Amino acid sequence: MTTEVLNKKQPETLISERQIRKSFLGVFLKWEWFLFVLILLVVFINTRLSPFFLNAVNLSRTSSDFMEIGLMMLPMVMIIVTGNIDLSVASNMGMSASLMGLMHNMGVNIWLAAFAGLALGTLGGVLNGYLVAYVKLPSLVVTLGTYAFFRGIAFGFLGDQAARNYPSAFTYIGQGRILDTLFPFSVALFSVLAIVFGLVLHRTTFGRQLYTIGNNEPAAKYSGVPVEKIKFILFIISGFISALAGLVLAARFGSTRPDNGTGLELAVITAAVLGGLDINGGKGSMYGATLALVLIGLLRFGMGLLNIQSQVQSMVIGLLLIVSILVPHIGQQISFTRQIKFRWKSVLAVIGILIVFTAFFIFFFWSRAPIIAQF
Amino acid sequence: MTIQVSKGTTARLNIWDLLSRFREVGIIVFILILGAVVTLRAPSFLSVNNFRDILMNISILAIVALGQTIVILTKGIDLSVSSMIGLVAMMVAFVMKQYPETPVFLIVLLGMALGTIAGSFNSIIITFGKVPPIIATLGTLSVYRGLVFFYSQGTWINSYELPRSIKMLSKGQLLGPPNLILIALFIAIIVYLFLKFTRTGRNIYAVGSNVEAAEYAGIRPQRIKFLVYLISGLLSGIGAVLWVSRFESAQTNTALGFELQTVTAAVIGGVSISGGVGTVTGVVLGAILLGIIQNALTLVRISPFWQLAAQGLLILVAVVLDKVIYTRVARN
Repeated sequence: MTTEVLNKKQPETLISERQIRKSFLGVFLKWEWFLFVLILLVVFINTRLSPFFLNAVNLSRTSSDFMEIGLMMLPMVMIIVTGNIDLSVASNMGMSASLMGLMHNMGVNIWLAAFAGLALGTLGGVLNGYLVAYVKLPSLVVTLGTYAFFRGIAFGFLGDQAARNYPSAFTYIGQGRILDTLFPFSVALFSVLAIVFGLVLHRTTFGRQLYTIGNNEPAAKYSGVPVEKIKFILFIISGFISALAGLVLAARFGSTRPDNGTGLELAVITAAVLGGLDINGGKGSMYGATLALVLIGLLRFGMGLLNIQSQVQSMVIGLLLIVSILVPHIGQQISFTRQIKFRWKSVLAVIGILIVFTAFFIFFFWSRAPIIAQF
Repeated sequence: MTIQVSKGTTARLNIWDLLSRFREVGIIVFILILGAVVTLRAPSFLSVNNFRDILMNISILAIVALGQTIVILTKGIDLSVSSMIGLVAMMVAFVMKQYPETPVFLIVLLGMALGTIAGSFNSIIITFGKVPPIIATLGTLSVYRGLVFFYSQGTWINSYELPRSIKMLSKGQLLGPPNLILIALFIAIIVYLFLKFTRTGRNIYAVGSNVEAAEYAGIRPQRIKFLVYLISGLLSGIGAVLWVSRFESAQTNTALGFELQTVTAAVIGGVSISGGVGTVTGVVLGAILLGIIQNALTLVRISPFWQLAAQGLLILVAVVLDKVIYTRVARN
């Protein structure tokens, strides 16, 4: 079975690589440059739309809003590179922060409580890692389970309570700025960790091994890569960093509620995938993911300045995610086949689809008009 | 003596074999044990009213989870079901507020149509755009939810704004038990027949277990994949109308987080996330088990805050047990 897999997968990757080099979208497919151009575009448009966009205080404040997502993204990039996924990160951060909040409410020293939170988060990572690496369950199912499990524990810890009144030494992690400049502490923390993670991923044997696992797991195993051990370690790191992100979020808000950070896992995965990572593993870089994070941050900040609802902002990010995968793929396909076959059947299908969606949106606006008018 | 030993092994093999082949048996045993324990603590568990409550609570879940199951059978996943429900529920509720005289069957048809269109958008990006299902539906999860907000501008529809006819759709008792339960049962039977006895239904399993083999056998996997997200949208559309009917309201956060419950019901019911394995009976039982656990935790007065943790633990236990049973069978 393994030889089968070897034989099957190798030529595919070779073809697709050649394909990419040959395609006229080659420059476009150097994803990081594309993201960079997009960032410039977003900055340009936002500066024209709002005079408050290029304001150092605003930018500094908004940058720290994205650091929890950024922190959790770092191990997520590594996990996705190996072809796995961790859906439990946001729940894990809620669980760790809730334990810390609970202990703080009971009068335990805040640093001891924070340490306990970190330990619990790491333990959560151990559970994920053990089930994925050694019980060999699909990471999607395992982390879906722990997604509910960890969040449930968070609610179990704090219920409908919240933890408040953290000492200022602790809130410095989330709100403080280094030496009274405009540079937030959390951004510095993220930057340092991003560099470390980036170096590990791109400059060490360990990092190369992650790509090997993502490209062809059986082959990696047979060439001596300790696949199980690496997966186990990755999920533990993810657990620890999620807990750290939980502390940063608690420090930034100055309070902890059990539902802190609900849904952030989707933001984390969006940033990673927008950054050029292949969800099936083996492709992508830390630079790309970090650039995507900056792009999402600036987009959201800009839309926030224009008073756009946060859910509609998520919609734009969601569309961006879909389009970012759709466009290069279609471009690649066109450049690969070189010619588009003209078939009446497909033309009719496209027309049919357009009619259906036009009808949908006509209905959408028609049914909404009278009630919105009253509202 | 040798005979005895071999007898012992065959008997053991049969148990593992039975458990792996009839996933439903395992769930039923679990439900019975759970039921017995809860009845000891709270005798009111074993009342007709309580069972009706449980079934009412899981009917919509079962319907949408069946759509999810059909998708997972092809190795895909549809995370956008909750947002599709939210969107269709809001649109349907707006129409009903404006035109209270609309007959209910038209409303149901409208919900089905809207759900199918939303599902077809998923189909298009996944089959033509070749976007991995988890990414595509993760994107549409926030796209549809954003559309709900854009559509309603943050307003919502209350119970008094809805006509009586729609409320009776789920609560009426045409044939004895509440309609909602019968509708869910009806849909489950149709999906069962569809998956078991139609060519397309069998093709869905074929594509899920081995795409290449299916293609060589003359099945077009892209068409099947297109179809499954359509069906998931259709069932979510029906679920949305029933949601409005049951909860008598449509809010911007309707069904938020519901997608994970549907995946949970499917996974507990024995649907394999790697495709090709799963039955309708299993999923319905999975949904019932979820409902019973929720109900039992309330009856034995465990804080509702722990319910989510129990649910998560249940998924983990279910998948680990599956794996253990599977490796046992494989070893034997």
